[in-house]
Amino acid sequence: MIGIVDYGMGNLYSLSQALKRLEQPYFISDEPSVLEKADGLILPGVGAFKDAMGLLNEKHLNEFLRKFAETKPLLGICLGMQLLFDESEEGSLTKGLGLIPGRVIRFSGISDDGARYKVPHMGWNTLEFITPESPLLKGLEPGFAYFVHSYYADLEEPATLIAAADYYGQVPAVVGKQNVFGAQFHPEKSGLFGEALLKNYLQLVKQN
Amino acid sequence: MLAKRIIPCLDVKEGRVVKGKQFVQLRDAGDPVELAMYYNSEGADELVFLDISASSEGRNTMVEVVREVAAKLNIPFTVGGGIQSLDNIKTLLRAGADKISLNSSAIANPDLITAGADFFGCQCIVCAIDAKWNPETGTYQVYTHGGQRATSWDAIEWAKRAVALGAGEILLTSMDQDGEKSGFELNLTQKISEAVDVPVIASGGAGKASDFLDAFQMGKADAALAASIFHYKETSVANVKSFLKQKGVAIR
Repeated sequence: MIGIVDYGMGNLYSLSQALKRLEQPYFISDEPSVLEKADGLILPGVGAFKDAMGLLNEKHLNEFLRKFAETKPLLGICLGMQLLFDESEEGSLTKGLGLIPGRVIRFSGISDDGARYKVPHMGWNTLEFITPESPLLKGLEPGFAYFVHSYYADLEEPATLIAAADYYGQVPAVVGKQNVFGAQFHPEKSGLFGEALLKNYLQLVKQN
Repeated sequence: MLAKRIIPCLDVKEGRVVKGKQFVQLRDAGDPVELAMYYNSEGADELVFLDISASSEGRNTMVEVVREVAAKLNIPFTVGGGIQSLDNIKTLLRAGADKISLNSSAIANPDLITAGADFFGCQCIVCAIDAKWNPETGTYQVYTHGGQRATSWDAIEWAKRAVALGAGEILLTSMDQDGEKSGFELNLTQKISEAVDVPVIASGGAGKASDFLDAFQMGKADAALAASIFHYKETSVANVKSFLKQKGVAIR
């Protein structure tokens, strides 16, 4: 069973419907005592980093998620992925879950040659597979994924990068460290490619 | 590379898609879910649903439509039309919409843009601007209420203001070009695209595949929206995308 972490900042409906299309049983909860029964968790999220961490702390999910990930898989999506890192500079510097080393920073909006570019990074972008042997990419060809974000993860450990997109520089698109994974794009909105990636995560949970 | 987006727009009235009668291969050409899935299979990058219901029952039905579409569709979609309050925004996003498009209500109550962006992030608040050239003032004037009411806003100034308030995208419709099928309003599209740092969707005037090329190359648009040429099968999303690909445009 997959647990979707509901801390008040996710588009849970779209994600849960995507799991339904994949015939994956799931439940939604904000209670650590309920979520700990899951074989694997998904941490969704849209909105601001600081508000999200505030809610995770308030609901005692911060400690719980870190403990859960010691033995079972956790996948963060979009803001949910950013929360996995040490800290974010969105708003004022805010501590994250600290499961993957690095800091979440804003797109500068100015390219290397000094031209302005659009922020958010919005739309379908191609992926480059950095770690093709990752179980999340199993059987997949690098395709288009749907991104919408103004902040991105600046990784401390290059080995945590699984796939990247190019948007005025390398943007981590899929990351992972041990049981913890993150997708900066929205797999539930990324067509067949996104579905296949979600399926790989579900498979990984099953085999764990 | 980030792809340019092609976005079909569906007008929904009392829960049913209007126009689109040419979809003879569909069981029910008025069913929003069926049309959404059709456009998805054609390669649409996103969809926009515009609620043109006149009644509050119709508006409530829209929430159901959104829920049904979100259950089936695996690409993003925007919902616009008649959204008045933060509660309306919350209801539609929770029903599965990815973005909310605000038009008249954003002009009447600019704080609504900020409230929506603060609550759900700026990525899900689209500011829709209907603009018409005013030869007397030599400016593009913003209209509301489906093009019925002129405002004192200049389109470029309003776009900048909307982004400063928190809008994450601009959906720019040229009232002069809308329905003309002679191409997008390239001058205004380019001006707005260069004036704001968020993506701009060009809308109004698409008649053929090369119009989209112009919107991207000359208009500097990030995405382009069309309704009738797709509904009436004058061209298809797939045709437009294969033409653009040939021309070297980044297309999914």
